[in-house]
Amino acid sequence: MISSTPIAAPPALLSADGLVGVIFLVMIGVTIIGGLIACNSERLVRAVAGLIVCFVGVAGLYYFLNSPFVAMMQVLIYVGAVAVTISFAIMLAAPEEQKKIGVSGPLIGPFGFGTAALIAGGFSVLAVRTEWPVIAKINDGSIKKIGIQLLTNYSMVFELISIVLLIAIIGALVIARVERKN
Amino acid sequence: MSLTLLNVIFAVVVAIAFAAANAAYLVWAERRGAARIQRRPGPNINGPFGLLQPPLDGIKLMAKQLIIPGGADKVLFIAAPVLAMYPAIMSFVTIPFSDTIVAHNINVGILMIFAFASTGSMSLIFAGWSSRNKYSMMSAVRAVSQSVAYEIPMLITTITVVMIAGSMDLMEIVHQQSRSILHWNIFPLLGNSHNILMPASFLIFFICTLAETNRAPFDLGEAESELVAGFHTEYGSMGFGLFFMGEYANIVIGACMTTILFLGGWSCPFGLFPGVWWFLLKLYLLIATFIWIRWTFPRTTIYGLLNLSWKILIPLSLVNLLLTAGLIKVF
Repeated sequence: MISSTPIAAPPALLSADGLVGVIFLVMIGVTIIGGLIACNSERLVRAVAGLIVCFVGVAGLYYFLNSPFVAMMQVLIYVGAVAVTISFAIMLAAPEEQKKIGVSGPLIGPFGFGTAALIAGGFSVLAVRTEWPVIAKINDGSIKKIGIQLLTNYSMVFELISIVLLIAIIGALVIARVERKN
Repeated sequence: MSLTLLNVIFAVVVAIAFAAANAAYLVWAERRGAARIQRRPGPNINGPFGLLQPPLDGIKLMAKQLIIPGGADKVLFIAAPVLAMYPAIMSFVTIPFSDTIVAHNINVGILMIFAFASTGSMSLIFAGWSSRNKYSMMSAVRAVSQSVAYEIPMLITTITVVMIAGSMDLMEIVHQQSRSILHWNIFPLLGNSHNILMPASFLIFFICTLAETNRAPFDLGEAESELVAGFHTEYGSMGFGLFFMGEYANIVIGACMTTILFLGGWSCPFGLFPGVWWFLLKLYLLIATFIWIRWTFPRTTIYGLLNLSWKILIPLSLVNLLLTAGLIKVF
């Protein structure tokens, strides 16, 4: 199934492959722009909007990578549930309050730039030097196949995720209890 | 220009045109229906039966100035009405109207439609928040709690249907129901389910569709007797027009999903005149029911709304899910 092929010449822009490439680049751009908005906006609701843009971009990348199921789950859970819950929390807390959130922490300045440069450089070197294998489609991505895989080959991951969720629920309860006593 | 690109452009244009035309003319149908129920003529001046009213209203709305209130968040204020319209248009990509009339059938069609439908409430949140208006804000909070509450029974009911069909492919779900009228998922005895609670399932799904599209008696988001006009208080001109059209486009999607999941899609009873018109007939009958319910039921309170979902619909749909699972295992 695994074969490594050299990168061919770039396809024409208006052919099917070329358009797919354009969409791929657009999705990467959307993800990065969304992330930047989420990090740099002063208003919390705008940050949520940026986060949503970022999630949609990631969903587009999943769709591009032949897994529509994961893409749709990304939109359903992250945009439809997580982002809505975050904005609900913001509205219930204090919508009028807009503190200017300054950038702070020990990694600001030269250390931050150094770390970022190291990570970016390392990833670039890895991306260029690695011989990327081209993997054929494993299965048709249908729900049945994904379900069988989840409950056989990846049942450990599946169970661990449910434990993570359980811990999250218990943690939320503990925090709520402490607040109530005060 | 390659053929693929032309196909894509054609599908996009048809989807947008269908959504927009339906939205415009359902406004006319709603106003005529409301007038009939309230014993008054309704819009009947422009064109035969007032049929020229929607395009004229559109021109009027587009000619008006879009006023952005001072202190509003401009970007989100403009983005919100656009977001109101897009989930419906995206959903038309995968809705099959007949065996051949579908833009792009994907094997997780149900998931795609619910994924985009769940993002629809973001438009209400952004509109309510960016308007800088207390009424809009309260409306946004209500809209979120409502959409969170009603998404749960809706998705549980959908899972029941998916379990019966064994697929998330909308085409496949219709094919399973098209053997005879008694194989439709709403009927309990024949078909794959044997579950006597399927009509209740259909009712739960229909009520959730009403609530998710913010229709009366569940239109707490824009309760005009309490919140002026809710999230679109500050919107004029085409901003308001887009919210209005988005509501009707979402109604069409909700009715399409009800038709596909429970009423057998385009399959025809007793083999009479098979074709796409059966789908359209079921679709517009459901939409007529939407309009009928809106003008005959009074609005509930926000507590009544949340109680209905959390105390009645969710337990009932869970029971139905368990019963269906058990019956599938037994038969």
